[in-house]
Amino acid sequence: MRAVEALMAALKHEGVDVMFGYPGGANLPTYDAIYDAGIKHILVRHEAGGGHAAEGYAKATGKVGVALATSGPGATNLVTPIADAMMDSVPTVFITGQVRTDLLGTDGFQEADITGITMPIVKHSIMIRDPRDIPTAIHEAFHVARTGRPGPVLVDIPQDLSRADIEYEPIDSVSMPGYQPTRTGNAKQIRLAAKAMANAKRPILYVGGGVVNGNASEPLRELATSDKFPVTCTLNGLGAFPAPHDQWLGMLGMHGTRAANYAMDEADLIVAIGARFDDRITGKLSEFAPNAKFIHIDVDPAEISKNVPAHIPIVGDANEILPKLVGEYKSLKADTSRMNDWWDRIAHWREKYPLTFEDSTDTEIKPQYMVQAMLEATEGQAIVCSDVGQHQMWTAQYYDFPEPRRWINSGGAGTMGFGLPAAMGAQVGCPDELVVCISGDGSLQMNIQELATLADNDIPVKIFLMNNGFLGMVRQWQELFWDGRYSHVDTGNHPDWVKLADAYGMKGMQVTDKTKLVGSFKEAIEHEGPVLVDVRVTKEENTYPMIPAGQAARDMVG
Amino acid sequence: MGDPGTKEVFRLEDLQATGTRKMGRKHVLSILVENEPGVLARISGLFARRGYNINTLAVGPTDDENISRITMTIDGAEHPIDQVTKQLHKLIHVLKIRDLEPEDTVARELALLKVDADAHTRQEVSQLAEIFGGRIVDVARRSVTVELTGSEEKIEAFEELLKPFGLIEMVRTGEIAVQRGRSET
Repeated sequence: MRAVEALMAALKHEGVDVMFGYPGGANLPTYDAIYDAGIKHILVRHEAGGGHAAEGYAKATGKVGVALATSGPGATNLVTPIADAMMDSVPTVFITGQVRTDLLGTDGFQEADITGITMPIVKHSIMIRDPRDIPTAIHEAFHVARTGRPGPVLVDIPQDLSRADIEYEPIDSVSMPGYQPTRTGNAKQIRLAAKAMANAKRPILYVGGGVVNGNASEPLRELATSDKFPVTCTLNGLGAFPAPHDQWLGMLGMHGTRAANYAMDEADLIVAIGARFDDRITGKLSEFAPNAKFIHIDVDPAEISKNVPAHIPIVGDANEILPKLVGEYKSLKADTSRMNDWWDRIAHWREKYPLTFEDSTDTEIKPQYMVQAMLEATEGQAIVCSDVGQHQMWTAQYYDFPEPRRWINSGGAGTMGFGLPAAMGAQVGCPDELVVCISGDGSLQMNIQELATLADNDIPVKIFLMNNGFLGMVRQWQELFWDGRYSHVDTGNHPDWVKLADAYGMKGMQVTDKTKLVGSFKEAIEHEGPVLVDVRVTKEENTYPMIPAGQAARDMVG
Repeated sequence: MGDPGTKEVFRLEDLQATGTRKMGRKHVLSILVENEPGVLARISGLFARRGYNINTLAVGPTDDENISRITMTIDGAEHPIDQVTKQLHKLIHVLKIRDLEPEDTVARELALLKVDADAHTRQEVSQLAEIFGGRIVDVARRSVTVELTGSEEKIEAFEELLKPFGLIEMVRTGEIAVQRGRSET
């Protein structure tokens, strides 16, 4: 059969039910095969939109997201989604067309060395040199993307090779001697960790996106509640532990709660699970958690002791390790009362420093209130896809996520323009769920072309635009740290968002009155198709509390 | 309770941190990689991106045509060696990494040294080369070229001795190394 038909067969064998992509010269053969392959394909309006849609699909469903692009600029437009997927460990496979092999290296039309360009930002990449390798390459790509620490894999296929005739046999297992991720966790280390936890008087569970990726939120909840361990999550971990909950301290890090950050600061034992001690978590590294010992559970051995030296490292899948840790911990029958003073201290922080803001007394819409209204209108049951900036932090703070895969954002890379296409991908992956895109007037413009994809495919994403007329987070930093010199952060008065939505063939709404906000959100949710709601919020509101960059948790302001 | 090596009475304070320590010596890494295009680019790219310096690098085939061996030396005082090896392990074409212990390792390097030598000094250079176990591989009217194998230190010592004659140029391969004894590197 044609190599591209084998490609489709291999994709189907991997369980692919939808792909996001954009055709061009070098992947014409692939698109010819897609024509009657029986795999759903969504034509995006920019390859970056396709890449982020694949990420949104993967984050919402836990399955591998797939995006396609042609050679040259098509492929380079995938660079940002690939980098984003690498930073947040998103299982994704990117398939690019490449110029014919006789043109490779000649600066041919639409040639770009996408394998070379993406080398530092992929988990793995495969450049096809023999058409008979295509099916194996696809199976290897999916295997690498979804196992171990998930991540992006690029498969680059020269146009002439995709036209070749090859034999295809489905492959059920791949042999990759250089890729053997550790899954189970060392039993002795797990026992030691249980002992340390039983002896800690001021412990805290510090939970990251690895628990979401590893589908380990259930054993995490069991571990937390096998005693009374306080829990905090990173931005990417939100939903891994159900919020609200007695033992939930809120998010930690730069815009985390004081209770969570102060508890990290004073803890005697920090149990890091699927988290990587990013600078947005640690602040000033030399003053991070000065009294703590660290248990570090992660599937990627290179994360262990990368930023913070671990005392008890455990390498493996969280959903393999946590149940064993629960068993070991329970057998020690630790005395919960040892944590009484610790919980008194936490209660004190919670009471003294609740997450709060000064609400308006008139009809002005405060951005934090907008998130509360969103929580109310969605009854906390939406898949919330966020863009990047102040709206992202406020949503992370004020929207309680009851379960994993309901909070989809660009955490590590901080990619503006992620939210809309990611919501599109999440909605395609979860057609029966309510999918909301919370965005800002800066971010939303960055992949605005995907409104056409929503409208044409009737993908009913509800876009709630937090419109303050500023690049708000940059403005906040200029206000706080650059003497209020607002350099190029005013986004002006354009576009007219309601007209824009109308032009793209979807419902547009504008809300300026606080008292009408919940009702408008409900109206948008009840509308059958996609909707864009332009919410005019306070122009100069700051995201607090905050650990200024490079400072320690105890130096939180606001 | 009571694992081997674990105290009966557990104290959090007794836990010791692992990893990240910089071991202040030269490390010789022997790395087996799949013989695929771009492997070296992946490795050198990884080093560049993470800010690790490679002191020497030697690449060559092994007895298996599908596998190549990379021998590199890096300064353990500058970089946490366990972090370097863990990052390397994440590359899928990297099959095996060995951080060779100096006392259990035979390491050799080949150097070609071209030195000013005329009829008066040629004999002296030749004698020095002989003492070091080197060979004259090229003689011209005003120069000789010496081939020398040995440890890094030996080559550096020889280089120092040749400098007064006028060292025109020196080319070194970087170390290759093998573990002592029967077991495979």
